[in-house]
This record gives sequence, C-alpha cells and structure tokens, in this order.
Amino acid sequence: MRVPVSWLREYAQLPAVVTARDIAQKLIAAGLEVESVEAVGHDVSGVITGQILEIEELTGFKKPIRFCQVDVGEAEPRGIVCGATNFTVGDRVPVSLPGAVLPGGFKIAARKTYGRVSDGMICSEAELGLAESSPGILVLPADTPLGADFVELAGLRDEVLDIAITPDRGYTASIRGVAREAATAFGVPFRDPADVEVPAETGESYPASIADPTGCDRFVLREVRGFAPDTPSPLWLRVRLARAGMRSVSLAVDVTNYLMLELGQPLHAFDRAKLTGPIVVRRAEPGERLETLDHVVRDLHPDDVLITDGSGPISLAGTMGGLTTEIDEKSTDMVIEGAHFSASDLARQGRRHKLKSEALYRFERGVDRELPLVATHRAVRMLAELGGAEILPGVTHAEAPAENVTITVAADHPDRVAGVAYGRDTVVRRLRDVGCEVTGEDVLTVTPPSWRPDLRDPNDLAEEVIRLEGYENIPARAPRSVAGRGLTPAQRLRRRVGRALASAGYDEVIDYPFVSAADWDALQLPADDARRRALRLANPLTEDEPYLRTTLLPAMLRTLHRNLGRGFTDVALFETGLVYRPRPDAPTPPRPPVDRAPTAEELAAIEAALPDQPFRVAVVLAGSREPAGWWGEGRPATWADAIEAARIVAAEAGVELEVKADRHAPWHPGRCAALFADGTLVGHAGELHPRVTKAFDLPARACAMELELSRLESKAAGTVLAPHIATYPVATQDIALTVARDVPAAEVEAALRAGVEGHGAAGLLESIRLFDVYTGEQVGEGNKSLAYTLRFRAPDRTLTAEETTAVRDAAVAAAAERVGAVLRGA
Amino acid sequence: MSAPNKSYDPVEVTALHPDEVARARDEALAAIRAAASLDELKQVRLAHAGDRSPLALANREIGALPPHAKAEAGKRVGTARREVSEALKTRQAELEEERDQRVLVEEAVDVTLRFDRNPRGARHPVTTIAERMADVFVSMGFELAEGPEVEAEWFNFDALNFPPAHPAREMQDTFFVESEDSGLVLRTHTSPVQIRALLTRELPVYVVCTGRTFRTDELDATHSPVFHQMEGLVVDEGITMADLRGAIGAFVTGMFGAGLKTRFRPYYFPFTEPSAEVDMQCFVCRGASAEPGGEPCRTCRSEGWIELGGCGMVNPRVLVAAGVDPERYSGWAFGLGVERTLMFRHGVEDMHDMFEGDVRFTQAFGMEI
Repeated sequence: MRVPVSWLREYAQLPAVVTARDIAQKLIAAGLEVESVEAVGHDVSGVITGQILEIEELTGFKKPIRFCQVDVGEAEPRGIVCGATNFTVGDRVPVSLPGAVLPGGFKIAARKTYGRVSDGMICSEAELGLAESSPGILVLPADTPLGADFVELAGLRDEVLDIAITPDRGYTASIRGVAREAATAFGVPFRDPADVEVPAETGESYPASIADPTGCDRFVLREVRGFAPDTPSPLWLRVRLARAGMRSVSLAVDVTNYLMLELGQPLHAFDRAKLTGPIVVRRAEPGERLETLDHVVRDLHPDDVLITDGSGPISLAGTMGGLTTEIDEKSTDMVIEGAHFSASDLARQGRRHKLKSEALYRFERGVDRELPLVATHRAVRMLAELGGAEILPGVTHAEAPAENVTITVAADHPDRVAGVAYGRDTVVRRLRDVGCEVTGEDVLTVTPPSWRPDLRDPNDLAEEVIRLEGYENIPARAPRSVAGRGLTPAQRLRRRVGRALASAGYDEVIDYPFVSAADWDALQLPADDARRRALRLANPLTEDEPYLRTTLLPAMLRTLHRNLGRGFTDVALFETGLVYRPRPDAPTPPRPPVDRAPTAEELAAIEAALPDQPFRVAVVLAGSREPAGWWGEGRPATWADAIEAARIVAAEAGVELEVKADRHAPWHPGRCAALFADGTLVGHAGELHPRVTKAFDLPARACAMELELSRLESKAAGTVLAPHIATYPVATQDIALTVARDVPAAEVEAALRAGVEGHGAAGLLESIRLFDVYTGEQVGEGNKSLAYTLRFRAPDRTLTAEETTAVRDAAVAAAAERVGAVLRGA
Repeated sequence: MSAPNKSYDPVEVTALHPDEVARARDEALAAIRAAASLDELKQVRLAHAGDRSPLALANREIGALPPHAKAEAGKRVGTARREVSEALKTRQAELEEERDQRVLVEEAVDVTLRFDRNPRGARHPVTTIAERMADVFVSMGFELAEGPEVEAEWFNFDALNFPPAHPAREMQDTFFVESEDSGLVLRTHTSPVQIRALLTRELPVYVVCTGRTFRTDELDATHSPVFHQMEGLVVDEGITMADLRGAIGAFVTGMFGAGLKTRFRPYYFPFTEPSAEVDMQCFVCRGASAEPGGEPCRTCRSEGWIELGGCGMVNPRVLVAAGVDPERYSGWAFGLGVERTLMFRHGVEDMHDMFEGDVRFTQAFGMEI
C-alpha cells in the first residue's frame, strides 16, 4: 500500500513539523511495516502553467510537429516546438521553461529543433512523473491560472510511504486505516473519511438479492444516469492515484479506485445498459463460465461466489468483473456495487483462478462490513460532482445477519502477556483508541470495531494494548534456568560423525534434495530398485527435478563434478541429511480440527501418511587421497578409502562394521562392499561403476559410500566397560596363509578367530592384523597369500611358546577347514 | 674380580699400588683425550669409569683393607676417579659442543617444507553455525527437538493457526507433495516442531530446533528454495514477553557478545500473538554508522540495526491445538534464518556460495564457527 503523506494528513491532524520519516518510525513502532519513504516531485522545478495562443503546423518531417506560441504570463509569449497533437488554441498546459528540471533530473534548455528555437517544453503526464506513459500532453482545465507554479498547483511534491500489509491488518490497506494508526501514534485527532452522513433513501435501486449468505452478507447498489463518459479526471485525482501507484483509466474507474484507496472498500461499476434482469449473488452452477476483464474465459467452480443477472454470471465477486457488463468509454448509466464478501471464500476463489486484484487483496484480508453504504454514497456523489451524473433515488441493500463479536478478557490480561503493569485504565484507553467498545471492571467485555475482524481473542486485544504502549517498553527478564538433559546420543553422534569425516579430509556439502528420474538411470539403478520410488512435488522449481531424493549420491556427484571443473583434482566430500522413502499405500493424512488436541489415533494416522525419512551420511571421492609431494608418491583414492569412511562413521557410533562383497548400483560390481552392523545392512561403499562415472562426467575410479546413520544409531554400544590392562608380555605369531583368490580376507580372519575360540583361547587373543597380501608365482595361479600377525597376551601370567604355538595351530587348522587355507612355509 | 678375603693381605693388592692407580688414571685420561666422538667417549666411559674399569675394581678392594690402610688407599683411588670423572665431563661437554656446532648442522632439514600429505576437511558453516546457535539455548537448559522435513499440512499450517486459504499461507510459498491435496508439504518453517514438541513432551517445554526448511523461491543472492531455520520454544506457567526479551538478549550475547541492544517491532505471525520482528544492534558498528557523520558499515548497511528474526507469545489457539491449557500455560517462540545469520555474521555475500559445495568456501570455516 502506497500512502501519500498529503493524503494521510487530510485525516490525521499531524503537526506540520512532523516529517514523513517521523511518521514512518511511529507507524513501524505501531506494527505497520513501512518498507520505504519516498520523496516524489521534489526534483521538479520551473514548470508553470501556460495557454496556447497559436499553432503553426510544421511540414516536411516524418511526424506532425507543431510550433506553438504559448502565453506563460510573461510580457511576450514563448515559441515552443511540440510533437503532440491532442490540444488546440486556447488550451491551458504545463510548460517547463528553460532551466526547469523534470523528474529524474532531466534539465530543460532552449534548443534548436525542427528548424526552430524551442524556448521550453509542453509537458505530458509521463514527463511530469504522473504516469508510466502518456499519449499526448497534459491539457489542464480552462480555469487554470496562467503563469502559476504547476508543481504547487498540482501538489506534485509529496512523500509516499510504502507499507507492506500483514494479513491480519486488512484495515491498513486504506488511507483511513493508516491515518487512524498515525493519529493514535501521535495522539492527534483523527477524522474518519467514512464518517459521512448517508441520507435515508426510500425505495430500491437496481433489484438485487443475496442467494448465498455464507459468501456475501451485505450487497449494496446505487445507480447514476447521464454521466458524461468523456469527462477527464481532475488533476488532483490523477495526481493522488499516481502517487498511490495507480494508473488513471477514466473518471468512473478512477472514482471507484480512489474510494477503495481512501476507505478500503472495493467498488464495482456495471454498465446499466448491459444488465438484464435482477442481480443475484450466488454460488456458481455446474458448467457456468465467465469471461473476466482480463479476457480470460474461466470455468467456474461450484464454490465460486458470483454476481449474476438474467444473463448468468457477470462478475467473480470481489475478485474481477466480467467483460459483458464492463463500463466503457460510452457508458452513461451505471450501477455501483459495494459489498461485503466472505474473506476465506474469496481467498480460495482467487487462488483457484490464480487471480490477484486490488479488490481481492482487500477482501481476503477483511473489509469493514459497515462501509458499503458509505462508499457507494460517496461514489455516486463524486460521479455527480465530477462527471455530471444524476443520482437516481433509492438504494438496494440486501444483507444477511452477521454475528457480533464480543471478547471477554480479564482487565489485567495484557499485563500478564507483556510482563508489564499497565493497569486497567491504560488497557481500556488503548482498546478504545483502536475503536473497541469496552465495558466492565476487572473483566472487560470488548466489542471490536467493524474494521477489525482480526480481533477475536484476548491475546489479540493484548497485542493492541502492548503495541500502542510500545514494544520498546517491555523489560527483559533474565532467562530461567531449566534442567535440560543436553543433546541426545543420536544428536551427539551426528556431530561426531561430521567432525570425524572432516578430520579425515572430507569437506561437507549441502545439496538440494531435488532430483530427476534421469538421475536413477545415471546411477544405473535397476528398473525395480526401491530408490526409484520417490515422492514427486506438485510444484517443483523446475520440471527437470520434480522428485525428492532417495539417495544422497546424485547431487553429491554433481557437486564433485563442479569442484573438479573448478580446477580441484583431489576432492573428498561428505554430506549428511534425510532421504525420503515413500511408504507404499500410505494413506492421506487426516486434518483434525484445531480446537482440541488430536487424538492418538489421529496422530498415528498422520504419521502413517508421512514417508520414511532416515538420516544418511555419504562420501564421494576422486583423485588422490594423499597428494604426491616432496615425501614421495601420492596415493589415489580407492574403494578402500570409501569403505574406511564408513568405518570412521561406524567407529563414532561404537559399532564394528562387517563388510561383505556385494553387487549394488551405482557401484562397480567387483568393488562394492555391503556394510552390516550387527547383521543389519546399513549401507554400501566402494568404487563407482564406470557407467556411473561416465554419466556424471567424473574421472574413472571415483568412489562413494552411503550409509544410513539412523540404522547405526540403534546399534550403538551402550556404556563402555573399562578393559583390563594386562602387563604381562605379549607373544606374537606371524603366519602366512595361502587361500584361493576369491576367498574374502574377512572370512579368513573370521576363521582364525573361530579357531582361537575353539581352542578356548579367546581371552588370550589380543589382535589379528593382516600385514600383507601377496599374489604371484610362489603361491600358485588363482591363489593369494595373506600374512597375519597374531598377538597373544594372558591377563595373569607370561605365556609360554608352547601355549601360543598351540593356539596358532588351532587357528590355522580352523582356517584350513573353513576356507581351505594352507600355512605357507609349513 | 677380587672378592673380599679376610685371609688375604691387602697391603699386597697390586691394584691399589700407587703406580697402578696412577697408570690406570693416566690411561683413562689419555683415552678420554683421544675420544673423537660422543660414541667413542661412551666406550671410553665404560672402559675407564664403568663398573669393570681398573679404578672401579681397585675401589672395591679398599673395603677389604685393614682399617689403618683404608684411608690412604681410599684417598688415592678417590682422587684418581674424580680426575677421570672430571675429564669425562669436560670431554663430554667439548664433544657435545662440537656436535652441536657441526653434526646437527649437517643433519639440518628444510623445516619449511609443508607436510600437507593428509589434507584436513571442513564442516559446512551452515551446519556449524546452526549447532552454535542451538548450543546457546542448550547451555540454558533447552533440549534440541526434531521433526520431519516432509511434513503433514496439519502440523505445518493447521495446528499453527493458519486457517485454510488464509493469506497467511501465501506468506510462505509452499512446495506441495503431489498431488496438491496429498496433505503433505515440504515444511516451510521449523515451527511444526513446536507442535510435535508440545504433543510429545511433558510440560514445561524448553526446546530449540534447527533444521532444513523449504520455500518455492528461486536461488539468488539472498534466497534459496532450501534453507535452515532455528526455532526456540518455551511453554511454562507465567511466561511473558519480558521472558522472551530476556531469552533473545541472552541469545544475542551468546552469539555476538555482550552489550548489544535488541528491539521489537510489532508484526504478524499466525502462530504467535502478540508477534514481533526483532532487530539487534549491529555487532560491528554498534549503531555508530547510523549516527550523523558515522563511518559507513557494511554489515548493517549503515542502519545501525540488523534484523534478527521473528518472535512472539505462542498463540493460545496453537496451545489448544497441541493439547495445552492456555488458561494455565503461556509461552514464547522465536525463529530465525540460519543462512541469513551466517551471511551477516561472517560477511557471506551470496547465497549461491552456501549451496554450490565449492570446497574453498567450506574450507574457510574449519571445524567450528
């Protein structure tokens, strides 16, 4: 809402010393979001009024050019070249003389043009900053004084406040509402522009009735006849509309817009000649259509609130008029509508039809129900005064009873909300300031004014008192100390995981969760892969990426690619976040009423409708894990790093991962590890499939890991029991085992452990460490040698060589039995 | 070794003969002088001052002497051993000095070589600042509450007093999960966590929530369709706006240091009533840039104040929808944008930097913020 301060001052008696900035500050403190204060017209000078004395049509140019003699109240007329033709001898016009400055710092000088010296410029509305564009120059009324300062005369200099209207304060979408707030803020008198005596009319005007009182509870019509449609809007009206950011259209339209801006009541004018039969306000019937003023033919919805006549729908109520009954440049007889519609119905139909309009903006935020009579009365009077119309007697006033809102509130409720002792008198005075009727002593009965439909609850009233008393006067009370339990184990784990991965060289990224179906193909996911079942957005930002991620990887691979593209060859990234896995046949969630808590069943039904949203962690790597340097060779990132990243994560959870070979997209089928925690699959890691690195334009052998942290959390070890630290000497046994090449090392180690256990020596085994893997002639084709160090230690004695050899032999025997291992050198 | 032997005439112990003692001493001193390195000196020490050196052996014989002979022999051997010991000490110092002068210099490496063999990673500043913001409240005893990102409209809007079709819903451009009447949205704010916290926790409730939120804004310098919010919620008996101001003051102190003012401006949120937007005094210029003649301030664009977020007293309608008796309990809620906070606290100029994943951006912020 753009509010010219001159207009505001008309209704709020602000002292002259109060500046626009002062007003803005006070309004902000009162809760109006003043976004800017703009000085307009202050940069315009040297424009005076003149009269055309002679017109000489210059010929020989591509367009008509006139050389005019203009009387500007000086001894001699001035010769001025002009390219417009919408004026004649005797017309009064604004003239910028040499030395004048027009909006935007545009300086006027005498200059030679079209073979003449132009001693100034005849101005259009656009040139004066009153319109975006103008077809011709601005012709002033015949009674305009000559040689007068046009800026003064037209009131061009003003300040404009731009106010963002919050949805609860519909009343401030008007000069009336803002002036009331300004007057209260400065403690000065307010004159209500709606405070106009409407003469009692007997009899009906154009016949109308309300068929659906839920959509419209007041509908007023007034009629004028004999309006002169070609009457231009007076300058003051055009200036005001321009300053308020509205285009001047025609006198009739300007009048309805002017009153909407001033009062907040949208008005609609029908061409009387185009109406047929009585008007009925009702909901749409099946199959009805309406072509609105924007030339869109709209299929109407049964919930749409309509103005109809004998021909059918003629207006989408409070939203946009219909084309068939629109007033035009010939309309002389008009029916003016002022009505009060249901805010929520209009909000819905606006959204349904994707329509926005000034009228709808106000109706959906709530319009004063008491305005239609006043606003229509003022409209017909303005049409009569400015456009020569005759006001027909009678007023049509259809209405449905509206509920009167009263709020019962303890007089000290605002005190208890704010933590400030205002006292009853202040509370009552402030409520009256906003227009409430207040009765009662300790408990107040408050009737909010008709323009404040947002006031419904005691807290709404508390806010009025507190904001008018000043939010700045609320003290700060030191926070209470409460006995919180700190972060949960899962929350601490997430933080540790982030720190551990960062310490291990991974950089955290945050990607958008929007993905495309093409991503599933790029990841080489099989057609029946569960990750292809994704939630789709109804209104995605781009149709290319309408799905919600079911894996963190595709976006991360793109981010990896972006970094490589920016010249980083060795990149290791990690990300944590939710993935969204729809539940098959999930129900639509119920929408329980909000005047009570939902039942357990309702809550369960809502939860059942939500997708699974597990928390995941993933890494992607390319290039070197360790760069080459003065110390020697670098080390490329491999599948082993990806699996190690999973182990880093698992270690933070206190979980030992079990690794098994797997074939799972998007990984290389021979270099993919399935990761298990306590028998539960928690993720995968390894080298990416060559098709995947190609699809994402990544270097060959890029690697990735993705793990569901939510599944690890539940596996996390409980309280750690301190180990017994034995101080007896360690006994080590090195063994090299030859096994078939496809035997996983993890199985060999498991067999060794089982052998130790089987020997009853589990308590002696301190560690098994694989220190070498060898393939080559010495171990035979298709075999490999795995070399292990077994460390033994007893808690209570020094182990003998015989003891440890016996345990080692048992371990080797178990490996021989389980995985066909042969002890080398034996 | 000559073991003490009472029957044996000690006077005749050759090792204690003055000539023998002198010879052992001289040999020791000569060897010490001849030692060319610390290693050689170590050998010399063993040979001439060790447990089995001639002087040490001679010393052991003293105990077996008759009392009248002990003093003189002891003095003789003791003097010799002291001389040897002194010489060793001197030579040790000389050789160490020489090593320091020569050998260590020869062993010098270029310590300016960077051993950046294991590059460190970094955490994303949005993550770390969100943790830091939450921790200010956690340190006051708040707990960290959570909720899903794909959320039921009932939690995201209805229960928060956004009536259906109310213009308030348009303040938050919403991603709907297909179809539009699925009843599911990407949460537009962290406020649904308020409802979840109130429905699942015992009163009083003191929680903070940080998390990812979504609105249908195109990514530009100051907007992102995916962003993060932090939200604080208190519901207890006797909570007033004065408590809210106190909590926000504590938050500002925790994040930006002491002595900064805050101010409330009345505003509208459906889920709080009264509602306010809250500004904090600029932590860089402390308001000076807005004074006449003040130095311009980039952080607050010379306004002296920085918009922090929105807050208010929990709307009793919200308490009712969450099963809390508004006659007995009241509360406050406070929310703010994590990215916005990062932007003004750390001078991030473009939202793109936070979501492009460029490692240079993340690296700049390290492990904590």
